[in-house]
Amino acid sequence: MESIERPLAPPNPDAAPYWDGLREGRLMLQSCVSCGTVRHYPRPLCAECHSFEVEWLPSCCMGRVHSWTVIHHAFHPAFEDELPYCLVTVDLAEGVRVNVPLRDAGPHELGIGHRVHIVFERESAALTLPACVLVLRNEDPVV
Amino acid sequence: MSLYARGAITGVGETEYSRASGRSVLRLTLEASLAAIADAGLAPGDIDGVIPYGNFQVVAEDLITNLGLSDLRFSAVTPLGGASCVAAVQCAAAAIAAGVCNHVLVPVARNGASGGRIGMRVNEMPQFRVVGEFEAPVGAAAPAQLYAPMARRHMELYGTTSRDFAEIAVTTRRHAILNGRAIMSTPLSVEDHQSSRLIADPFRLYDCSLESDGAAAIVVSSAERARDLRQPRVVVLGVGEGHPESPSAITQRRDLTRLGTAVAARCAFGMAGVTPEDIDVAEIYDCFTYIVLCQLEDLGFCEKGEGGAFVRDGALGLGGRLPTNTHGGLLSQAHMVGMNHVVELVRQLRGEAGAAQVVGAELGLVTGYGDMGDGTVAIFGRA
Repeated sequence: MESIERPLAPPNPDAAPYWDGLREGRLMLQSCVSCGTVRHYPRPLCAECHSFEVEWLPSCCMGRVHSWTVIHHAFHPAFEDELPYCLVTVDLAEGVRVNVPLRDAGPHELGIGHRVHIVFERESAALTLPACVLVLRNEDPVV
Repeated sequence: MSLYARGAITGVGETEYSRASGRSVLRLTLEASLAAIADAGLAPGDIDGVIPYGNFQVVAEDLITNLGLSDLRFSAVTPLGGASCVAAVQCAAAAIAAGVCNHVLVPVARNGASGGRIGMRVNEMPQFRVVGEFEAPVGAAAPAQLYAPMARRHMELYGTTSRDFAEIAVTTRRHAILNGRAIMSTPLSVEDHQSSRLIADPFRLYDCSLESDGAAAIVVSSAERARDLRQPRVVVLGVGEGHPESPSAITQRRDLTRLGTAVAARCAFGMAGVTPEDIDVAEIYDCFTYIVLCQLEDLGFCEKGEGGAFVRDGALGLGGRLPTNTHGGLLSQAHMVGMNHVVELVRQLRGEAGAAQVVGAELGLVTGYGDMGDGTVAIFGRA
């Protein structure tokens, strides 16, 4: 049986480098050329200095747990087969957040401040999505 | 110029609430509108302003055409999701105070159960665009999924528990049964709540609001003209609208436990010249139990982090410190985007709330909460 496709928004030129980066196994973040403020999710204007000039930098992919939820009801049929799944709100080292699924661990292992790193999951030739795995608390992350 | 005591709610109307109305959204809108206009003692032709619900299913043109509004001077929308209805009160009061119009009709109708379900609106509303683009692909799109991390963070930081959420669900259900015009009509126990299935942890089934069919409407008039109308005057003493930091993506908000409500509350309380201690009855937007708890803190009824302790001792019940959602709310009466909250507060202040009447209620508060944290607050007084 053919799997149901995930809900995807129409292409947005302001965010193209983000999606391109995921396909290459990198989490690309916007950095303001004028004032250096890092922002996410992708958008056209720096709210700090109102510069449109932006450069895209790869995240170090290290972060810490800010919050989480465990999804038990799919709401969209594409996620029925994944239930239950855990979504982690991650404070990235760069100072912005992502909301990504947790892999290889259960929610009972989570706590605020626990270390995670971002991994990449290829869905198709056109789409790669970010996820995260727990970094063992005694293990120094390689940054 | 302040909006203090410039507007009054002169008419309220509702259809029955159900899971299958069998009528169109426009028809429901018109039924509730006629009821609210008649309640005010007005004729449809007296309406010279309209604020239809901002999802554009029903527009001003529909109201002109069907109600025969021959002299409509003002139309607007306030598309703030669940904060829309109280935002519309502010918008109407501003238009009235500026002399643009005299009687503003604000109707809300939906077939939220029998028509398109509310849960997956992400691709229909521009306010959800960022979430639709970056979070829906990983499985975070419905409100329950997006708000759950706010509740979890609150629990981890402050020791709030699912049992605290149960307190809100159970009290609200008790009120719905007293109201009698509610979809949910059987008692709910703490055990029922605690054993209900998980939707998006920490939210269980009974932490989530209903998806329902029906309509509710109000008429906002100038406080001066309200003196000559049919009902006891319910005057808008304070009103405010507040937007949170990072309004398009909760994930990026520096403090997940704060909503735009705090900003709106400062404005509304300041305008009315009253404090939370003065409020006799509150109708607090309850799309989820946790959102009530969080707003109680943002409104100043208790400190941030103390919402769990505040609700724990029966404070929200009749006879409690702050009788709240005396009609059964979105959790147990119906999801009318909070217009049913406005209607209930007016009934409380008129002394028409039946078995759920708060004795001697003179000053009340109503809130709205919009999709990613927009907050609206209004304070009404009997005058």
